[in-house]
Amino acid sequence: MDVNVALAQWSNLLIYSAMAVYAVAFIIYAFDLFGPAFAGEIPQAGSKARLKAGSDARSDARSKVSASARRGGTGSSTATAVLDGGSDGAGSDSAAGADAGSGAASKTPDLRRWARAGTALTVLAGLLHVAAIVTRTLAVMRVPWSNMMEYALIASAMVTVGYLVLLAVRDVRYLGTFVTFSVLLTLGLCITVFHTPAAQIIPALNNYWIWIHVPIAILSTVLLYLSAIIAIVQMLRSRSESKPWRGPLRFINMLPRSKELEKISYRLAAVGFVTWTFTLVAGAFWAEIAWGRYWGWDSKEIWTFVVWVVYAAYLHARATRGWTANRVAVLNLVGIATVLFNFSVVNLYFNGLHAYSGV
Amino acid sequence: MNAQKNAPDIGVVGMLRWGWRQLTTMRAALILLLVLALAAIPGSLLPQRIQDPGAVSTFIEENGALGNFLDAVQLFDVYTSVWFSAVYILLMVSLVGCIIPRARQHYRAMRQDPPLAPRRLTRMSAYSTTPLSDGSTTRAPDDLLDEAQSALKKAGYRMVRTDDHIAAERGYLKETGNLVFHVSILVTVIIMALGGLFGYYGQRVLVEGETFSHSLVSYDSFEPGTYFDASELPEFRLTLDSLETRFDDQAEGAQFGQPRRFDAQVTLDTPDGSERFLLRPNEPVRVDGARVYLIGNGYAPVVTTRDADGNVTYSGPVVFLPQDGVYTSTGVLKVPDANPDQLGFGGVLLPTAGNNDQGELVSTFAELRNPLLVMDVYTGDLGLDTGVPQSVYQLETDDLARLVDTDGSDFQLVMRPGDTATLPDGHGTVTFEEIRKYAALDVHHDPVQVWMLPFMLLLFGGLALSLFVPRRRVWVRVSGDDVEIAGLARGEDPRVDEAVAELTQVLALESVEPGTASPDSDTAQNRTGK
Repeated sequence: MDVNVALAQWSNLLIYSAMAVYAVAFIIYAFDLFGPAFAGEIPQAGSKARLKAGSDARSDARSKVSASARRGGTGSSTATAVLDGGSDGAGSDSAAGADAGSGAASKTPDLRRWARAGTALTVLAGLLHVAAIVTRTLAVMRVPWSNMMEYALIASAMVTVGYLVLLAVRDVRYLGTFVTFSVLLTLGLCITVFHTPAAQIIPALNNYWIWIHVPIAILSTVLLYLSAIIAIVQMLRSRSESKPWRGPLRFINMLPRSKELEKISYRLAAVGFVTWTFTLVAGAFWAEIAWGRYWGWDSKEIWTFVVWVVYAAYLHARATRGWTANRVAVLNLVGIATVLFNFSVVNLYFNGLHAYSGV
Repeated sequence: MNAQKNAPDIGVVGMLRWGWRQLTTMRAALILLLVLALAAIPGSLLPQRIQDPGAVSTFIEENGALGNFLDAVQLFDVYTSVWFSAVYILLMVSLVGCIIPRARQHYRAMRQDPPLAPRRLTRMSAYSTTPLSDGSTTRAPDDLLDEAQSALKKAGYRMVRTDDHIAAERGYLKETGNLVFHVSILVTVIIMALGGLFGYYGQRVLVEGETFSHSLVSYDSFEPGTYFDASELPEFRLTLDSLETRFDDQAEGAQFGQPRRFDAQVTLDTPDGSERFLLRPNEPVRVDGARVYLIGNGYAPVVTTRDADGNVTYSGPVVFLPQDGVYTSTGVLKVPDANPDQLGFGGVLLPTAGNNDQGELVSTFAELRNPLLVMDVYTGDLGLDTGVPQSVYQLETDDLARLVDTDGSDFQLVMRPGDTATLPDGHGTVTFEEIRKYAALDVHHDPVQVWMLPFMLLLFGGLALSLFVPRRRVWVRVSGDDVEIAGLARGEDPRVDEAVAELTQVLALESVEPGTASPDSDTAQNRTGK
C-alpha cells in the first residue's frame, strides 16, 4: 500500500530533466533539418549525369541493390557502399548524407553534425526518460502503466527507443525533429494535465490482464502514431515530386521518395492494426472476467471499435483500385485522430467503465 | 422481337445483379466500413439504454422535444437500431458476397499449377539474368533448372517445370489467412447475436449476512434473452459473509481516497455442497454456467423504528447508494406500518463526516471513520397501495408532508451509530443501530461465449497470415546463353527484389566457382529490364 515518496519525486525530477534535454535535441535537430544538409544547394561531387538523375537516383540509392541497379548505372556502386555502411549501428552517421539524399554528402559528413548532436542528446534524454519510468515503478512496486500519465510516459519512451533502434538500421534522422517534439509535448502533458501522484492500483485494474492488454495497447498507439507521422511526410514529399518546395519546407525535397515512405507507413500501420486487434480481443477477454460480458458498448469499447474499423478501411482502401497513395494516407490520419481522441477525450470527458485516467 | 419483349425482365435482374456486384466490391466494403465507424460514434456521445436506462430518461426529460426526437430515431439504442443494424448487415452480406467467390477461386488456384512464364519476363518488377557459361564451364540447362527447383522447393514454393523454365508460386497461406480472418469475423458477429438470445443477466444487492437464493423472484432486476428458459437457472444459494473495502489514505491529489481493495467473502451452497470463495473485482465466482461478479458496494445503515408504544414497525438494513468517490450516499426508508401515519425517511450518509473549506458538512473519505446519518422525515401516504410500482430508492412525496419540529422548523435527524431519536408529534422513535456493507452483484450467463475463444484465435492467426505472408511468383527460364530470373509480387511484398537477387546468386555461385563462400555481386549480372 505504501509508496516510496522520495523515489516518486526523483521520477518527476527525471521527467523534467528528460524534457530539458529533449527540448535541446529538438532545436538542434531542427537546425539540421532546416540547415545546409537538406538545402539541396551543396556542390555535388559526382558527375553531371548524377546531378541530372537528381531525386530519382538518390531515393533509390537507399533500397535494394537490384532495384537501384535497374534504374541508373551510376548510382549503383554508391548505393552498395551506403547499404554496407548503414547496416552496422555506428555506421548510421556515415550513411547519413546518402540517405538524406545526396551521394556527395557522405563525403562531407560535417554537414550532419547538428544531426549527430541531436541524436546524442536524444540518447541522453531517452536514458533519463527510462530512468524516470524505472524510479516511478520502484516507488510504487506495481505494474508501471495503470493511469493516463504512466501510459503516456511509456508510450513516449517507446517512441524514443523505437526511433533510436530504427536509426541503427536506417538513417531516419530527418524524423528526429518530429520525434523529439512529440515526446517533449507528451512529457509536458504527463507532468501537467495527466499528472497523477504515485500511488497503488485500484482493484478494477489489479489483474494479470493488465500485463497483456495495456502494453499492447501502448505499442499499438506508438506504431500507429509513427505511421501517421510518416504518412504526413509522405504527403508533403509527394507534392514536392511534381513541384519542389521552397522556403522552410525545402528539406522535404531531399527526403526519400513518397513511394518509399508510403511503404514504411503502411507496414507500421499494418503491424499496428494487428496489435490493435490484439488489444481489442484481449480487452474483450478481460471485460468478461471484470464485468461479466466480453462486449458492452462502453464508451472506450466504442472508440476502440471505431479505431479498428477506420484502420480496416485504411487497409481496404490501399487494396482498392483508384485510391491514390495520398488519399489512403488521409485515412491513416483519420485513424490516428480517432486513436488520439480515444486516448484523450474519451479518457478525460466521457463516462464509462474505463475510468482509469487517474486525473 | 423477343429481345425487346424480354428487355424489362433483363432490366430487373440486371439491376439486381448490378446491385449485388456493387455491394461485393472492395469499394462498397470500404464505404460501409467508414459508415459503420461513423454510426458507432453517437453511442459514446449520448446515454445508452443498455448501459444506463436512468440516464436516458433523465436526458429525455431535460431536453423535451429534442430528447423525444433523438429517441424516435433510436439514438439511445444505437447498437440495436435499425440504421446501425442495416449498416453492419449490409457489410456482412457484402463480406459473404466477397468471401464465396474468393474462396472458390483460391481453392482452384491451390489445385492448379502456378501460371507459366509470360513471354517477356523483363516486364516483371524484379528481374535479373546470369549467364549459363562462364568461359571455362558451361552448364546444361536441365542441371540449372534442377538446381533452381531444389532452391525454390526449400523456400516453400509450389512449382511446375516445362522444357525451358520453372514457374513457381508461394504464399498461398496469405489468401487462406485472409479468408479465415473474414469468416471468423462473420462467426463472431453470429456468436454475439446468439449470446443475446439464449443468455440472461440479473442484478442483486446483497447486504452482509444476507443470502441470495438463485431464482427469478430474488433478483432486483433480470433481463432474459429472447429464447431463455427460466427452468435452466442453476440452483445455488450465495451468502455474503463479509465485505472488506479499503481506500487510499496515503496518496496525494486525485489518488487520495481511491479504492485499493474490495474483497467479499462469500459462501456458495449448491446441491453438491458448500464452499467458500473470495469474490472480488476481476475474480468472478463461476457456478454451473452462471457467473457472479462483484460490481459495486456501499453502506446500508441498520435502522429500527418504533411507534409511540414501543412496537417495532421496521427493523433492518437500508441500502444507500454512493453518489461519489467519498461515498456520500443517499437512501430512502419507507415505513408503511408506522403509527399513527405512514413514515418516509430520505437521507444522506456521510461515511467520514467533516467540514469542507466552506464549512459545509461533507464526507471527506470513503471509509467509515466518522459516520453520520442525516435524514428528513415525511408523514402521510407513501402511495404504496396505488398499484403503481415504485423505486425503493425514491420517495414519492406527492401525498407526504415534512415532519415539523415543536418550534415550527422542519424536523431533521442527525445521528451516529447507536443513537436513538424521538420523533415529534408522537410518531415514535428511530434507532440507528449500526452500518453494514453491501455488495452489488451481477449474474451473467452466455451459453455460446465459449465459442468465442477458438474464433478469436482463428481471427488473429488469419489476420497475421494475410498481412505478413508475402505472396509472389517466380520464374526461372533458360533462354539462349542466359538464365532469366523474374519475380512478381502479389500484394504487399517487401522482399521480392531480394528473393530474386538471392536466387540469382545461388544459381550463379554454385556453378561458376564452387569454392567461393560469398558471391560477388558482379558475378550475377543485374541488368536493366529492357
